[in-house]
Amino acid sequence: MPVKTMVKDEINQIPLDEIDVSNPHLFQNDTIGEYFKRLRKEDPVHYCANGHSGAYWSVTKFNDIMRVDTDHNAFSSDSARGGIALDGPGARSESSSRPGAPDMGLTMFIAMDPPKHDEQRKVVSPIVAPHNLETLEPIIRERAAAILDSLPIGEEIDWVDRVSIELTTMTLATLFDFPWEERRKLTRWSDMVTATPGNGVDSWEQWQEEMTECGMYFKGLWDQRVGGEQKHDLISMLAGSPATSNMPFPEFLGNLILLIVGGNDTTRSSISGGVLALNENPAEYVKLMNDPSLIPGMVSEIIRWQTPIASMMRTAVCDADVGGKTIREGEKVVMWYLSGNRDSEVIERADEFLIDRKNPRQHLSFGFGIHRCVGNRIAELQLRIIWEEIVKRFSKVEVVGKPVRSLSHIIHGFTKMPVKLHAR
Amino acid sequence: MPKVTYIEHNGTEHVVAVDSGTTCRDAAIDNDIPGIDGDCGGVCACATCHVYVDPAWLDKTGRTVAGEMEAELLQFAEDFRENSRLACQIKVTEDLDGLVLRIPAGQH
Repeated sequence: MPVKTMVKDEINQIPLDEIDVSNPHLFQNDTIGEYFKRLRKEDPVHYCANGHSGAYWSVTKFNDIMRVDTDHNAFSSDSARGGIALDGPGARSESSSRPGAPDMGLTMFIAMDPPKHDEQRKVVSPIVAPHNLETLEPIIRERAAAILDSLPIGEEIDWVDRVSIELTTMTLATLFDFPWEERRKLTRWSDMVTATPGNGVDSWEQWQEEMTECGMYFKGLWDQRVGGEQKHDLISMLAGSPATSNMPFPEFLGNLILLIVGGNDTTRSSISGGVLALNENPAEYVKLMNDPSLIPGMVSEIIRWQTPIASMMRTAVCDADVGGKTIREGEKVVMWYLSGNRDSEVIERADEFLIDRKNPRQHLSFGFGIHRCVGNRIAELQLRIIWEEIVKRFSKVEVVGKPVRSLSHIIHGFTKMPVKLHAR
Repeated sequence: MPKVTYIEHNGTEHVVAVDSGTTCRDAAIDNDIPGIDGDCGGVCACATCHVYVDPAWLDKTGRTVAGEMEAELLQFAEDFRENSRLACQIKVTEDLDGLVLRIPAGQH
């Protein structure tokens, strides 16, 4: 019996109430899809009493996720109630799977409700708005080209490190006007946000030390820019806007970290995920090479297929019905975008990766409602550029070994992906 | 059938005949009007069908209402103005025959 079928049979035998899709190992070993398939079919709004990160509801179907995401009055993102992740930043340590995690007091607008959320988001959104991106496109293209031109042909390399991380870090450093030679600090700090002892960091002491270093570094940049001429980088914008210039420091740092993670851990995973998807679906790779004008649609399909943010959490502030179940005030609700993006009742042939699909933009990966991804256009821009430059140079980016997946139920990505490049 | 005129940021006009009851977002998607993506499927959840209603038509289309979802989403859209609406929230009727909508520059 093939291994895949064995896993499927085993998953189908687990009692429903013992299913815990927040277990990050299911994401790392890539069996999570089978669990979601079962929940969508048998119990689409599912309660887990003893989860890896406490008790929570899972919402697994497209329309139910849309319903929760767009009802911010009933489902709060506020960090004071529990934030946006079962065990991520903003989670209260007593209810999280990060026991002992130092409380840095960081707050960020993704984990706020209106009206404070609205004020702070409005300051940040112009920098990644389409108009500003037009000026960024040639810079990103030049940097993408330089990255690809530096790669050896025919040798095994790690695509995650050499391309995915490098491109997104460069873009982020550009947006922040961050000291160029030190840009990998951004990558490190982004990884730290979801790190736990043994997974990315040795101890909570080390974690706190590195996060403090991050704070001090940004404090330095803020101080330099707060009185200076108004430039168009993100830090200057935060330092110069009345809505944010008097922000308490932990809030400033929280918002910066939000933007680092938002810009780093997401598009990075889509850049890697696209390479894997094309390798696993060779007919699609042929379509791409025959017709690079498919790239814009393919970019949306990659973002759907990868779903780099697998989930977001809310807390019910009143009793609310979702998909026929009643969620009680105070209960946690996880929207599994990764599952909704495979819901074949809404997305045709949802289990297939099709670069020329008819409605590629119909996906949940950016979320919906007032917390919808603020940087979605820059994500699409980077992916479009990197693929346009890849097809110009290489006949194939061949995955030559087993990729290593991230241990997280939020960041759905890769830590390693060995590839070999074939020249055109 | 009522006609709706969509004007792109570069001035290109598209005149489209629309069935009463269809939203301006759906009509734009069905007719491939550039600049209206309508990612969420037309359920007032993403603000990718942002349009400026020609001021002469504002009384007939109505305006956004502070605190409601449409206004909540539009406040984050690039170059939000007094006459901003989401096309998915404007349903075409005989009364709107001749409606003129402009598409923001940032949405192409």
